[in-house]
Amino acid sequence: IPSVSNIVPESCLLIVVGLLVGGLIKGVGEKPPILKSNIFFLFLLPPIILDAGYFLPLRQFTENLGTILIFAVVGTLWNAFFLGGLMYAVCQLGGPGLNHIGLLANLLFGSIISAVDPVAVLAVFEEIHINELLHILVFGESLLNDAVTVVLYHLFEEFANFEQVTIIDIILGFLSFFVVSLGGVFVGVIYGVIAAFTSRFTSHIRVIEPLFVFLYSYMAYLSAELFHLSGIMALIASGVVMRPYVEANISHKSHTTIKYFLKMWSSVSETLIFIFLGVSTVAGNHYWNWTFVISTLLFCLIARVLGVLVLTWFINKFRIVKLTPKDQFIIAYGGLRGAIAFSLCYLLDYKHFGMRDMFLTAIITVIFFTVFVQGMTIRPLVDLLAVKKKQETKRSINEEIHTQFLDHLLTGIEDICGHYGHHHWKDKLNRFNKKYVKKCLIAGERSKEPQLIAFYHKMEMKQAIELVESGGIGKIPSAVSTVSIQNINPKTLPVARILPALSKDKEEEIRKILRNNLQKTRQRLRSYNRHTLVADPYEEAWNQMLLRRQKARQLEQKMNNYLTVPAHKLDSPTMSRARIGSDPLAYEPKADSENLPIITIDPASPQSPESVDLMNEEPKGCSGLPPSPEEDEEGLVMRVKEPSSPGTDDVFTPGTGDSPSNQRMLRCLSDPGPRPEPEEGEPFIPKGQ
Amino acid sequence: SPGTSTPVTSLFSSTPTVTSEQIEHLHRRFKQLSRDQLTIRKENFDSIPDLEFNPIRGKIVHAFFDKRNLRQESDGLADEINFEDFLTIMSYFRPIEMNMDEEQLDRFRKEKLKFLFHMYDSDHDGKITLQEYRNVVEELLSGNPHLEKESARSIADGAMMEAASICVGQMGPDQVYEGITFEDFLKMWQGIDIETKMHVRFLNMETIAHCY
Repeated sequence: IPSVSNIVPESCLLIVVGLLVGGLIKGVGEKPPILKSNIFFLFLLPPIILDAGYFLPLRQFTENLGTILIFAVVGTLWNAFFLGGLMYAVCQLGGPGLNHIGLLANLLFGSIISAVDPVAVLAVFEEIHINELLHILVFGESLLNDAVTVVLYHLFEEFANFEQVTIIDIILGFLSFFVVSLGGVFVGVIYGVIAAFTSRFTSHIRVIEPLFVFLYSYMAYLSAELFHLSGIMALIASGVVMRPYVEANISHKSHTTIKYFLKMWSSVSETLIFIFLGVSTVAGNHYWNWTFVISTLLFCLIARVLGVLVLTWFINKFRIVKLTPKDQFIIAYGGLRGAIAFSLCYLLDYKHFGMRDMFLTAIITVIFFTVFVQGMTIRPLVDLLAVKKKQETKRSINEEIHTQFLDHLLTGIEDICGHYGHHHWKDKLNRFNKKYVKKCLIAGERSKEPQLIAFYHKMEMKQAIELVESGGIGKIPSAVSTVSIQNINPKTLPVARILPALSKDKEEEIRKILRNNLQKTRQRLRSYNRHTLVADPYEEAWNQMLLRRQKARQLEQKMNNYLTVPAHKLDSPTMSRARIGSDPLAYEPKADSENLPIITIDPASPQSPESVDLMNEEPKGCSGLPPSPEEDEEGLVMRVKEPSSPGTDDVFTPGTGDSPSNQRMLRCLSDPGPRPEPEEGEPFIPKGQ
Repeated sequence: SPGTSTPVTSLFSSTPTVTSEQIEHLHRRFKQLSRDQLTIRKENFDSIPDLEFNPIRGKIVHAFFDKRNLRQESDGLADEINFEDFLTIMSYFRPIEMNMDEEQLDRFRKEKLKFLFHMYDSDHDGKITLQEYRNVVEELLSGNPHLEKESARSIADGAMMEAASICVGQMGPDQVYEGITFEDFLKMWQGIDIETKMHVRFLNMETIAHCY
């Protein structure tokens, strides 16, 4: 049974709500508020654009940049002039009511209404899950045509005051397009670089990291708008430029914060915009002129279709993946108008443009038509035409390796042919980035981290987090395959019992290392500060694990002198996950598990005094029992008591029994933290093997 | 094809590959690389400065001399290749044509993937073993001298396990996954449109810069 939300896109429903609210207010006798342009441009539009720009899929965007630019620039220009010209003709023929509207006014009207609106496109296209190519084409066009709209709008607005428009003015206007667009991008890039540079130094004040992203982006937008440059392009440019460096610098939590705040703000803005559109429709003064409105609507559609057809024919000569007629139809049909047109028209001065109300009415009609009719019908049309939908593929490490390999291969072939194609330039840009830019903008070691490693770490972290969160319910995710390291590399010898073979001074070494590690954590947590975040168990554990892995590796190198059997190193979570997956019963709690040395740890909490409990022995005086074979594999084991729910940070109640879920994957997430009684004197490894 | 000249089929047994304009340009390039000799050896590739920065340089040069890519029956490496062989290798990178039907498209795709497969499978035994895969990842990361071998190894191991789980699914603890065969390789590349990605544009003949 199709529900309302399946048929009607959200934007339509919101406009209807706005209409109802407006009607209600009017019915009560009050004057409903109209969407003021400065509120729209200063507060409602930037979050949506920033959200779009920050999460722009850069690879597809740059691959299709030529196409997008042609649609955005040439397409919008064509729309504006075609529509303006035809409307002028209509006005001249339209009788007394329309005769007085001059050519410039009509051209201005054309330029306002011709731009495809990013808000409307986002709202509708998000729901139909169309394939990435079409999505990026229409959406990219809606973003980049802002420069054209800004130039044309200001140009015609100024020209309307002139007595005469000379050729010089037209040429200057043409040049100003480049100034506006490139200037906007330039402003955005500057702020993006500043933001990236700032984020390099925020490791001590993680809480306000997200603020810098929002702040600098908004300043980019305001600065650009101040000089009548394209604010949208500045916003997009700053988001795109700052993102790779900022993400390398900020903490995982800040990244999540940024993501959720952007999504939240953009959702709120979008909702408000559409509701306000509805309310403004009820509130505004309207002047309905049948000829004008109907012809506007008609010519808008015709202009869009013609423009797309002609441009695609031209573009397909240069594209490898040609745009099929189906694609062209969707692109033409997806040319939705929205609130930007409305606000731009609202900004017009009554003195110079007395017919503003008529323009407003026509614009609202077109907006309603595109959003309601086209918005509602695009989904069934997409299904009817069997347009390719978005594939939800998870990016795998194999694909990453292959893609990078292919990139290098194609660059190499281009070099061999002596053909400086776009792989060559992309490679040069990457090398420049790696050599100079990354060193300035990324803090510490991560500036040298190659993309493959960063990707792999991100994936491992994600898997570890997933596993912990699902481990809390005690289930292994079914997606975990049973493939383990044994399956692909049978030469790895079965693990030896390291612990029994350790000599006394090795024991001492291990103890010392652990103590050092834990001591360091203790010192770090000494002072409580409002700005100190409660330690993120995942991130802290991750760092600790990496540190421990390093130490264990050093230890292993020393141990190799003593042992004849290769030691089993600490695995990455991926491999241990795979191993556990292959033997789900291997980690059931054993009857004698209480005799095993257990380190109970909890994440840092500001309240409890700082000390570490190295041993939790119950009953005391464990002795004699050698660790069971499965425990050996784990090498240096730290058992963790899990928090009672994934969200809480500091829940460790002593005495909670070891549940199977605890012992499972959580060994790689251990976070030393403060505990009441220091008991480090105890040996870590039971004597008497 | 985008060129205005007709495709040349005389040199090749397969479907038309490159146009005569492109062949001319490649011939000029070949003469440059070979210093006006009739054949190129591996050393001739050293004269390309930009190739120095490429991490998989070795594999790329190797691919030019791989007899499997040159469609010769025998196995192993050739010592030198002539212009025809050079063109054969280049033809693996031609762009897709609009008028291809399903079967042609499939063959087109398989050809390109076979070329890639030969690059990964350095010992020519028909499967990519763990060691070979490790080697690939190490080469990819070779531009970062401060990295430990450990990282490259764990990435390759993780990728191999992922490949095994895609291609074979669930495996018991004593089953061994020998290596990635060509069929498995095809499965792994399903998500990537190799036929549109793996090509070099020959369109702007005028703007092609010469090496020196």
